[in-house]
Amino acid sequence: MSVLGPVIALVVLILVGTALNSNFLSAANITNVLARSAFIGIIAVGMTFVITAGGLDLSVGSMAAFIAGLMILVMNAALPVLGVGIPIILLGMVVALVAGIAAGLLNGFLITTLGIEAFIVTLGSMGIYRSLVTWLADGGTLSLDFGLRTFYRPVYFGGIFGVSWPIIVFALTVIVGEVLMSRARFGRHCAAIGSNENVAHYSNVNVNRTRLLTYAMLGMLVGVATIMYVPRLGSASASTGVLWELEAIAAVIIGGTILKGGFGRVWGTVIGVLILSMIDNILNLTDLVSPYLNGAIQGVIIILAVILQREAKAKG
Amino acid sequence: MTTPSVLALRQVTKSFGPVEVLHGVTLDLRAGEVLALIGENGAGKSTTMKILAGIEAPSGGRILLDGEEVSFGSLHDGEEAGVVMIHQEFNLAEQLTVEQNIFLGRELRKGLLLDKAQMRRLTREYLARIDCQIDPDTLVSKLSNSDKQMVEIAKALSRDARVLIMDEPTAVLTGSETRILFEQVRALKASGTAILFTSHKLGEVAEIADTVTVLRDGTLVHDGPARDITEDQMATAMVGRDVSDLYPDKPAAAPGREVLLRVEGLSVPDRANDISFELHRGEILGIAGLIGSGRTEAMEGLCGLRPATSTRIEIAGTPVSISRPGDALAHGLCYLTEDRKLRGLLLDKGMRENLTLQALHKYGRVLIDFSAEERALDQAIDEFDIRAGARTMRVGNLSGGNQQKLLLAKVMQSEPMILIVDEPTRGIDIGTKQQIYAFLRKLAEDGHGIVVISSEMQEVIGLSDRVMVMRSGRLAKVLTGDQITEDIIVRHAMGVGTGSTERVA
Repeated sequence: MSVLGPVIALVVLILVGTALNSNFLSAANITNVLARSAFIGIIAVGMTFVITAGGLDLSVGSMAAFIAGLMILVMNAALPVLGVGIPIILLGMVVALVAGIAAGLLNGFLITTLGIEAFIVTLGSMGIYRSLVTWLADGGTLSLDFGLRTFYRPVYFGGIFGVSWPIIVFALTVIVGEVLMSRARFGRHCAAIGSNENVAHYSNVNVNRTRLLTYAMLGMLVGVATIMYVPRLGSASASTGVLWELEAIAAVIIGGTILKGGFGRVWGTVIGVLILSMIDNILNLTDLVSPYLNGAIQGVIIILAVILQREAKAKG
Repeated sequence: MTTPSVLALRQVTKSFGPVEVLHGVTLDLRAGEVLALIGENGAGKSTTMKILAGIEAPSGGRILLDGEEVSFGSLHDGEEAGVVMIHQEFNLAEQLTVEQNIFLGRELRKGLLLDKAQMRRLTREYLARIDCQIDPDTLVSKLSNSDKQMVEIAKALSRDARVLIMDEPTAVLTGSETRILFEQVRALKASGTAILFTSHKLGEVAEIADTVTVLRDGTLVHDGPARDITEDQMATAMVGRDVSDLYPDKPAAAPGREVLLRVEGLSVPDRANDISFELHRGEILGIAGLIGSGRTEAMEGLCGLRPATSTRIEIAGTPVSISRPGDALAHGLCYLTEDRKLRGLLLDKGMRENLTLQALHKYGRVLIDFSAEERALDQAIDEFDIRAGARTMRVGNLSGGNQQKLLLAKVMQSEPMILIVDEPTRGIDIGTKQQIYAFLRKLAEDGHGIVVISSEMQEVIGLSDRVMVMRSGRLAKVLTGDQITEDIIVRHAMGVGTGSTERVA
């Protein structure tokens, strides 16, 4: 049940969507759903490792907004020197990745080395990044230079063989994440730490380093998601990435990863992300229920997922 | 003996499942008397105390309260009857004040609100009765151990305790704190409270007890006035069982064997101090000592599992430095924890994940070779005779013995040259014990060095070629050959009568 539950839910959603709207399975709509899932999805893959290792990161939404703002500022500032072209895009990408890794390392350092609760640390950094991006934008919106935006657009809207870049990057992240989680030492170590930190320590698993790596990896993936996100709107503001952290955590939990840690599956997280964005999509395509109730429906699904998880555990 | 007893046990037995742990214990607690209950770990002291306090029900026999037979349904009934037990681990809410703790769960009220004035007055009264100067508003977390003990006693007073049962009250106290506690015990005694306490410190027993009762393997072996028994006799009464053929034969002493491990000046902050020893190839070195004597902490420190310092550590003649468990493993030194459920095994995972966790690098540098893991599990199941219902079973559902065998298999995955096993047979059946002893001896014969930490005296004696006795974080004595007797080990572990030891030896 715990294995099939999310898959069944996804299939049901697809059937419901198809029944309600004939355009649901059209290539355009599927591409749309997947591309919009990509940001949360990429972050949720990282979140899967953090949660599996017994941690949590509430700061990813604010972090994404901050990185987006930083990226835009740096690229705008470098425009007179580098001009519009591939180098300036690469510069922006490097800035995003470095900032993401640094932010993740900072969270991880405070949590592992200083031993502060993950919830508290990331609650704090969530506020800090949100405030920083508001400050950088002076309360308004940071916009990428128009010429740059036009040049950068294909990173979100373009693709190869009709598959857009965000979907390709999402897919690659998932494949690497799944292998890392289920077949690599790193994933095994994360599960061991989340399952029982003491046992991991006594078994020569470097608990702090592994945990730190999960946060750094999540930070890096937030950077990757931001690289995909910035060309979509070409701007960043205080409302960028709001509630992304909750959507990412929800996707992880719906996918069958245990919130307390000790067991995680990346493919489940993908299902979780798809379930969440498909609900959103179905509500937008049909007028059965107001799209404004999207949050309520997602909330019910999250709670249901955890109840099912608990019952599966009680049985097993 | 003329005073009637307040609380008494008559031929009380207790079984856990098919195992009987108390075999017909009879004892009497009298008003104004202190009874010391002594015995080795696992002799049945805790069970006896819990039955007296109503925490556990006896399987057979009678409990008499003021001569009338009673059956305590729960701790609450016991407290109603005026029987209060103070546990070794304090049962206080650290973030509440002294006053709040004393009245916790039975707060006085005036209407809907708390009657703080009355509670304050009573708290002061209780504290004054035991001559204790703590402010009722102090947070318990700010108190010293002896003050916490006093608060527990005040709490007992507030429940009108006629019988006070204390489980090793001095284990966590310093010498001067113990003296303060004893003054209070004498005051309580003078006011007519019946007191039972346990202690491993026989000097204290001789000082404070009126009656000494000795348990051995769940049987009462001595019961009499404290003035009629010496500390030596207490120790002798606590020990003295036959060593059966549970243990493999020890090889003849072979002097001049290579020193596999040399430790000099090993210290673990607050737990172990300046410990030096040698371990030879092919040898089983036992470490005995009371719980809390720093045995486990010293060995964990040696293996990089907790912060430790040392002047010199040599493995096979080469100086090494160990600051992480990985360093120890790299030098062929491995520690098997005493706590298989909390530190040894991932109870939610299967046997395969557990078996290979410590040596996962052997199963692939980045990606894990699942089929190699399965082969290793086949081999481990075979070699260690692990009996599981199904291969994929959660390790938490295995029996204790099978968990222990799996844990042993797990540490052997690291192919250690020196293996330190801590309480290798705690809570497992005798058949599995024998298998584990045989395995350890075979490892030694194959040229490994083995250190066995154990609280079970028979195990240390039956298994070890030499025995290191620890007391209060220090190395008390290294015993060899004929010196390895229960009597001598107990004396060194408790620090009593070591002068007469030479004579006995």
